[in-house]
Amino acid sequence: MAQVTLLGAWPSPFVYRVIWALKLKGVDYEYVEEDILYNKSERLLKYNPVHKMVPVLVHAGKPIAESAVILEYIEETWPQNPLLPKDPHGRALARFWTKFGEDKNPALFGFLRTEGEQQVKATKEGQEQLRILEEQGLGDKKFFGGDEIGMADLEFGWLAWWLEVWSEITGVTLIEAESFPRLHAWIQRFKEFPTIKETLPDRSAMLTHYKGYKGLRTPYLALAKS
Amino acid sequence: MADVVILLDAYASVFGMRVRVALAEKGIKYEYREEDLRNKSQLLLKMNPVHKKIPVLIHNGKPVCESLIIVHYIDEVWKDKAPLLPSDPYQRAQARFWADFIDKKLYDAQKKIWTAKGEEQETAKKEFIEALKVLEGELGGKPYFMGERFGFLDIALITFYSWFHTYETLGNFSIEAECPKLISWAKRCMQKESVSKSLPDPKKVYEYILEMKKKLGVE
Repeated sequence: MAQVTLLGAWPSPFVYRVIWALKLKGVDYEYVEEDILYNKSERLLKYNPVHKMVPVLVHAGKPIAESAVILEYIEETWPQNPLLPKDPHGRALARFWTKFGEDKNPALFGFLRTEGEQQVKATKEGQEQLRILEEQGLGDKKFFGGDEIGMADLEFGWLAWWLEVWSEITGVTLIEAESFPRLHAWIQRFKEFPTIKETLPDRSAMLTHYKGYKGLRTPYLALAKS
Repeated sequence: MADVVILLDAYASVFGMRVRVALAEKGIKYEYREEDLRNKSQLLLKMNPVHKKIPVLIHNGKPVCESLIIVHYIDEVWKDKAPLLPSDPYQRAQARFWADFIDKKLYDAQKKIWTAKGEEQETAKKEFIEALKVLEGELGGKPYFMGERFGFLDIALITFYSWFHTYETLGNFSIEAECPKLISWAKRCMQKESVSKSLPDPKKVYEYILEMKKKLGVE
């Protein structure tokens, strides 16, 4: 099998999305850590000249950038343990919610880069989007993908793990169990799912990492799409 | 059973146009419904409750939203005619990557060309041309973005061509002077009936934008 390499930056949730997809499908890959804040490598600039960001998947020497595009590529190249259903309408829905996650990034991450009154407002806006996600995206399903983890679950994986760490640092709780019972239940299911559970970044290391930045503004910039 | 296909759209929408072109490429019969975006229909609100936006494709009663997701859907359902995406996964990834680039870089820049003035407008023009030049580079010497055949990425970009006259007039610049190869590509696409019949008259788009600016109080 041709060489698969993933250029990433620990502990980016965009990168983890790709790691989960590869692991769920049992694809062997080489991971390469990039310093995206202070010292981007020649390799990264060569493989993603347009955005100069991670993740980048390199397969048989050919690079693919943008996590959503990478996930579709992985799905098509390694069809086992599918992340998308077979029927076109189901696929369109999975892609819709994946895109919702991307488009609402600014609103959902807003509480990370604001303070005081602004942060209260940003938190509310984030929760409005989560309300839509809970009621219309997830509904009564076990996972966004139905009975199995799908593309949209990977998109929102950060809610199941990164959010706790950011909440601890900022003191802001975006998802309370009583207000978002379905999302809360999904969070427990997602992070307990065997392949996912084995593939989560160490929590205390994350705390140290994110605390190291003043007000989380720097990692936010690193996380935000260019 | 015959397919019932309805498209909720607005004639000047670059996103709606993408769906029109895709449907035309596949020769799919559908009912076009023009939405008044200041007075959205009950059907639109019911079929796209999350964003309340057009385009929405309603296929046998089930809605599909987001223009590029709709184009994927059309390609998957009516897969036996005129494939829109290439068959090779890497080529597909490239098409998706550049379509994402168009929706992020190009869309934001073009909006400010017709809503902003002075410094802000100049910056927007610069960003817009830069993005077009990157796309022109991607096109290279090929007739269409993915090679010999018109497809997904051409569809994603060509719809903006109907707005070029508006950008040029309001921004006081010539896109052809900056990106001649891209204009050749656009004219090539416009020779296809699926494209020329799906895009509005650029002069009508300009009049529509002038009216929009008045209503928004942006003159």
